[in-house]
Amino acid sequence: MPQEYRLILKHADEPGYTPDIECYLRHGGYESLRKALALAPRELPDGKRMSAQEQIRDEVLKSGLRGRGGAGFSCGLKWSFVDRRSGKPIYLICNADESEPGTFKDRQIIHKDPHQLIEGMVISCFANDVKLAYIYIRGEMPEGAKLLNKAIKEARARNFLGPNILGSGYSLEIHVHRGAGAYICGEETGLIESLEGKRAYPRIKPPYFPAVLGLYQCPTIVNNVETLAAVKHIVAMGSGEYAKLGTPNNTGTRILSLSGHVKRPGYFEVEVGKVTMGELIFHENFGGGMRDGRKLKAIIPGGSSSKVFKAGETFKLKRKGPDGQMAAVDVGILDLPYDFDSLQQAGSMSGSGAIIVMDDSTDIVEALANVSEFYAHESCGQCTPCREGALWMSKALHRMTHGHGRKADADYLLHIAQNIQGRTICAFGEACAWPVLSFVKKFKDEFESRGAADEARHGSIQGATGHPTAASPGLPVI
Amino acid sequence: MAFIVPAELEAELNELVTHYPQKRSASLMFLHAIQEHFGFISKEAAEWIASKLDLQPIHVWELVTFYPMFRQHPPGRHQLKICRTLSCALGGAYALHEHFCRKFGLDPKAHGIQTTKDGSFSVEFVECLAGCGTAPVMMCNDEFHENVSLSKADELISKCQ
Repeated sequence: MPQEYRLILKHADEPGYTPDIECYLRHGGYESLRKALALAPRELPDGKRMSAQEQIRDEVLKSGLRGRGGAGFSCGLKWSFVDRRSGKPIYLICNADESEPGTFKDRQIIHKDPHQLIEGMVISCFANDVKLAYIYIRGEMPEGAKLLNKAIKEARARNFLGPNILGSGYSLEIHVHRGAGAYICGEETGLIESLEGKRAYPRIKPPYFPAVLGLYQCPTIVNNVETLAAVKHIVAMGSGEYAKLGTPNNTGTRILSLSGHVKRPGYFEVEVGKVTMGELIFHENFGGGMRDGRKLKAIIPGGSSSKVFKAGETFKLKRKGPDGQMAAVDVGILDLPYDFDSLQQAGSMSGSGAIIVMDDSTDIVEALANVSEFYAHESCGQCTPCREGALWMSKALHRMTHGHGRKADADYLLHIAQNIQGRTICAFGEACAWPVLSFVKKFKDEFESRGAADEARHGSIQGATGHPTAASPGLPVI
Repeated sequence: MAFIVPAELEAELNELVTHYPQKRSASLMFLHAIQEHFGFISKEAAEWIASKLDLQPIHVWELVTFYPMFRQHPPGRHQLKICRTLSCALGGAYALHEHFCRKFGLDPKAHGIQTTKDGSFSVEFVECLAGCGTAPVMMCNDEFHENVSLSKADELISKCQ
């Protein structure tokens, strides 16, 4: 029977579990930090010595932990890119700018178990020789910021933070830094700019890879809240045991955020890849199915930036057959294991682990208009294709949802989206283009019939203004 | 009108500067603290922050115009921010926004901030508040509220008054 596996959220929802340090200590809190700090250098067969820090980094790499923020990149590899020879300080930033529409998992950790994040951070900072770290929390979570500040104070009072932690000679300070409502701060180089006190304009890579030229042009690690919390568990249980959770290349647990038209929306921590999309939506342990009398229409699988799935879709997935050979197998959307690789093979992504379910009562044009309005609002404005394109798409969709659609709008939207993706400094370009590309391609009939109906009603193919409109000189007048 | 920051607040700000190797980093936290105290960021406030952090005023002002949470005008005494994004929209956010607007005589079609004539409430749509599983969600000042039905919305208003 598919069920939750609670590792990070093990205690979070237990009655009487509180976010203070006494409660955390009663539940074995900061034992992993003690373990990490007490690690002795290990002699290798070739005579080399592996420091405690190197051992932890090695463990995280071996655990297979992949970033929980959106990109799903190996955490151990990310750490391995850090320039440790520059002589500059190394910074670590916890990305708590949770703002991908559909996602509400980091909020649970921060609000219910903030010390777990602090412990994961201290261990990660120790492993990477970081002396100063920040938690960048989104501005709309003032209560979370207060809880984290309190947790930091408590941890400092107990010497889990500050100078000479637990007598180890290792010192670390963590400060909470609040964002102010800009989604782009979740992009790591935008976040760094914001932490430097600037507009959150993402930096171009190369040369500004955070591992080399990050905060204050120093090597910097940016990790998601859940990723850092997972590090604590990797140290506690060992990489081998951690990697037994989940499935190969998709190890550990993941907190999924389920929202939209299901009976039982909420957050569910599962072993990665052990639960299918269908189980997440329909099983009583998870979403509990659609509301009565409703049918599934569409699924956004990994936050609003990910490409939408249409009910009934099937995909060709590479699977190992009984003979050990890789073969393409047909897998239906509901049988798709919810993991990084399967969703990618199915043409979308698991992103931030946020599933938004839409039933047959959903007006798909309205839904895309809503998502596009978000991206038009959140584009930082640095790159022209994104700044202009996100707004054009949103305007066209606004027009379509206000009775002035055109049959040609579907292709017009595709045309704009195709000219944004791949032409911007950061992944926001893809994030605003992918929903448009996937919604319009997969539900084209709805977009076209909507536009055609408006045209028939208005008796002309002209736009809302009554004039033929072209969004730019490069586009055909439609 | 001279812009005067109370000594206690200034001491708090001075402490914030010590969190960062470079002063400029403190600007967002300064803006939050100043806005919390004064309700919005005036030109004078931006100039004051700039001089505190050895910056040009434009370095502070460009933040005020970039980050949606910073306001250039005083809002209502109670600020209602309703999440507008997809999961909340599917869960009734637009009806909730309209409910507030009708109650206060504001334009339900406007997405930006609107303040009642008596200055008691301001209502605005905001983007995803990361509470999608308990839609619709909103913030009343610094408090986060989930599963906000229309009757719960009325309760919220009466608690504010």
